[in-house]
Amino acid sequence: MTLTAVLVLAAGTYAFRLAGPLLRDRLKLSDRVKLLMSTSATVLLFALVATASLTKGQGFAGLALPIGVLVAGIAAWRKAPFVVVVVLAAVTTAGLRFVGVS
Amino acid sequence: MRSTWRTLDAELLRDVTAVAAGAAVSGASFGAISTGAGLPWWLPVVMSLLVFAGGSQFMAVGVVAAGGSPAAAVLAGLLLNVRHLPFGLAVGDVLGKGLLPRLVGSHLLIDETTAFALAQSDPRKAKAAYWSCGVALFISWNVAVLAGALVGQNIGDPGAFGLDAAFPAALLALLLPALKDKATRHAALLGAAIALATTPFLPAGVPVLFALGGLLVTARQEVKP
Repeated sequence: MTLTAVLVLAAGTYAFRLAGPLLRDRLKLSDRVKLLMSTSATVLLFALVATASLTKGQGFAGLALPIGVLVAGIAAWRKAPFVVVVVLAAVTTAGLRFVGVS
Repeated sequence: MRSTWRTLDAELLRDVTAVAAGAAVSGASFGAISTGAGLPWWLPVVMSLLVFAGGSQFMAVGVVAAGGSPAAAVLAGLLLNVRHLPFGLAVGDVLGKGLLPRLVGSHLLIDETTAFALAQSDPRKAKAAYWSCGVALFISWNVAVLAGALVGQNIGDPGAFGLDAAFPAALLALLLPALKDKATRHAALLGAAIALATTPFLPAGVPVLFALGGLLVTARQEVKP
């Protein structure tokens, strides 16, 4: 990793970030399109949840990770406080790994 | 801006603190892993300040540590970060008016800030959530990366603390209100299935973008007034 590589990655990432808010200004978006945009963000984030829970690299992440997320997801669905949800995920996954479940 | 902070309630502040604490531990491990891979201590620090996207930072350092070229590392990191463009289209309004809030706010556009903003029902709360989450994570992530880079090897694998589960769990909890909408839920489930099915065959970051294919099922979604 070189400083040049870091600067190029930073510039590219910032360009992606800035493009959205600026484009949103320029274009007159209809309510239909605005709804589509926020649904897109939800779809992307949910896909991120799925891949971060179930995959590691290009393979399966093992059981401990998805079980932890699932337990936390059920807690969130049953209206547990956010902090409890996050801690429950980490504790469940760490606990399963501690007892040898990968 | 002052009124933005006043909109913050205790509950939101607590939720943001939880996410920032998780980010701090990942940040410390990023700093430690980077110096462990032979980088000078300041490089992961500069990278975290300027890139501020954890997934792509781990990815870029990992590619180089595995013998890849810096160019390959940059490409892999950029592919992971393309998703920030649609994020900005979705929540760009919450940054505030004027050029400066746009320029600064854009740098804080990450998975967590997007999810926090989307989870709020009224625009003022969304703005407060976006900025408080962004500032808290920027500080905690960068301080932790510096600490990790200086302390180095003594910080273990974040997996041992189950922190790799905390990130998706936090996002999932923030997404649940939006997923109550049937059309959104169907699109998200189809999108996740597409992302999972394509993960073994595509470079990291691309499967998540392919998830947008799930939007096809929202073609007849009703527009709420």
